[in-house]
Amino acid sequence: MYEAIEQLLANNDIFTLSTVLEYWDGLVMTVQLVFLSLIIGLVLAIPLAIMRTSENWLVNRSVWLFTYIFRGTPLLIQLYIIYYGVAYIDGIQQSMFWPIVREAYVPTLFAFVLNTAAYTTEIFRGAIVATGRGEIEAAMAYGMSRGKCMRRIILPSAFRRALPAYSNEVIFMLHASSIASVVTIIDITGAARDVYARYYAPFEAFTFAALIYLCLTFILVFGFKQWEKRWHRHLRPLSS
Amino acid sequence: MLDLHGYGPAIFKGAILTLEVAFLSLFIALLLGMLAAVARLSKNKVLNGIAMVYTTVIRGVPDLVLMLLIFFGAQIGVNAFSDVLYERYGIDFYININEFVAGVTTIGFIFGAYMGETFRGAFLAVEHGQIEAGRAYGMSAWQVFKRITVPQMIRHAIPGIGNNWLVLVKTTALVSVIGLEDMVRLAKEAAGAVHEPFLFFIPVAAVYLALTSVSEYVLKRLEIRFSAGVVRA
Repeated sequence: MYEAIEQLLANNDIFTLSTVLEYWDGLVMTVQLVFLSLIIGLVLAIPLAIMRTSENWLVNRSVWLFTYIFRGTPLLIQLYIIYYGVAYIDGIQQSMFWPIVREAYVPTLFAFVLNTAAYTTEIFRGAIVATGRGEIEAAMAYGMSRGKCMRRIILPSAFRRALPAYSNEVIFMLHASSIASVVTIIDITGAARDVYARYYAPFEAFTFAALIYLCLTFILVFGFKQWEKRWHRHLRPLSS
Repeated sequence: MLDLHGYGPAIFKGAILTLEVAFLSLFIALLLGMLAAVARLSKNKVLNGIAMVYTTVIRGVPDLVLMLLIFFGAQIGVNAFSDVLYERYGIDFYININEFVAGVTTIGFIFGAYMGETFRGAFLAVEHGQIEAGRAYGMSAWQVFKRITVPQMIRHAIPGIGNNWLVLVKTTALVSVIGLEDMVRLAKEAAGAVHEPFLFFIPVAAVYLALTSVSEYVLKRLEIRFSAGVVRA
């Protein structure tokens, strides 16, 4: 089996073992970058969404400003500002963080995290606001505090409601991650650009990358459909 | 007028170019989206299949990859074609695919797929009884489409069109990657030249923010306009 693949690759001008490995490294980079930014973004988005529904004007509006700016401008600009701007922060070049932020990886991750956190915050806010009034009243009548009510009543049902919109955000993030290739990161798109430059074969290089993304998208769509089936079991029609 | 070390006017021109790209590609997207939606809902299996592959594949691949594929790929395709023409028939024919055309067609092509899904959902939301009533009045299929389906479908489509438009505006920033001199690229060059990234990127971000904010306002007004006569519960 392995030899057959090796044979096949040896007879191919462009997709040699080394280019396929480059795509593989790109795939690992893309998956890692998307996964990390989604996880960190999600962790940030939950408190932000709660703050966004706060009755305190200042808290509410400051989170609103954050989501407004990050949802209203292109990710590419955000990435440029963070990637090119980080070197100009006073004293950063002398600090211990410089070796880390000098590489493209950390600024890119930072931009992605802020971007997805902004979108996810608004998704969760919508889901929290949509909680049935009666559910909250019942919780209050049971003597739950606001925090307990949030933890036991509002958030669990809000997560369910947010799932379809959040699955779109995940796919959006996967596609948006291709922008990382613009700042020298070798993700799937970066690998494709490399292969294109080396062999001057745009069709092959980019179509292969497109196929990888297509597979990843299908896997995500399928996964979320299964998850939705589990979480939305109570909404399934009785007859079927 | 912001001077920005003398780069101000150039970046302003870049902003105009961004707007041109956005509106032209919106036009293409709406056209393709309408075609895709009609094809998706038609009984013709071939048309249906083509439209389904189009909307599924395009929505499954990142915009940037498609843009690079079309921009670099199409040029090689044209080159190969012109080589064949020259060898076989001695016709000297060459087209240089410029960044503007590539950018606009790619963005239009990508968002056509999203618009297609939006329009399809909107068409399905029109009550079937309305179409039957149109038929009962003796209207032809085209007349029903033009007089009954489309006017009612627009109301359902407006929120989706609006969302797609907001994403489209932000996607136009990507044309800078294939070399189009839009405001993002100019800002990047200027920032590199004078080593002041914040000075250039923040105004560009502000232009995008203004653009999306104005769009959101207009869309809200449009939604109200097209929902005239709808009784809300």
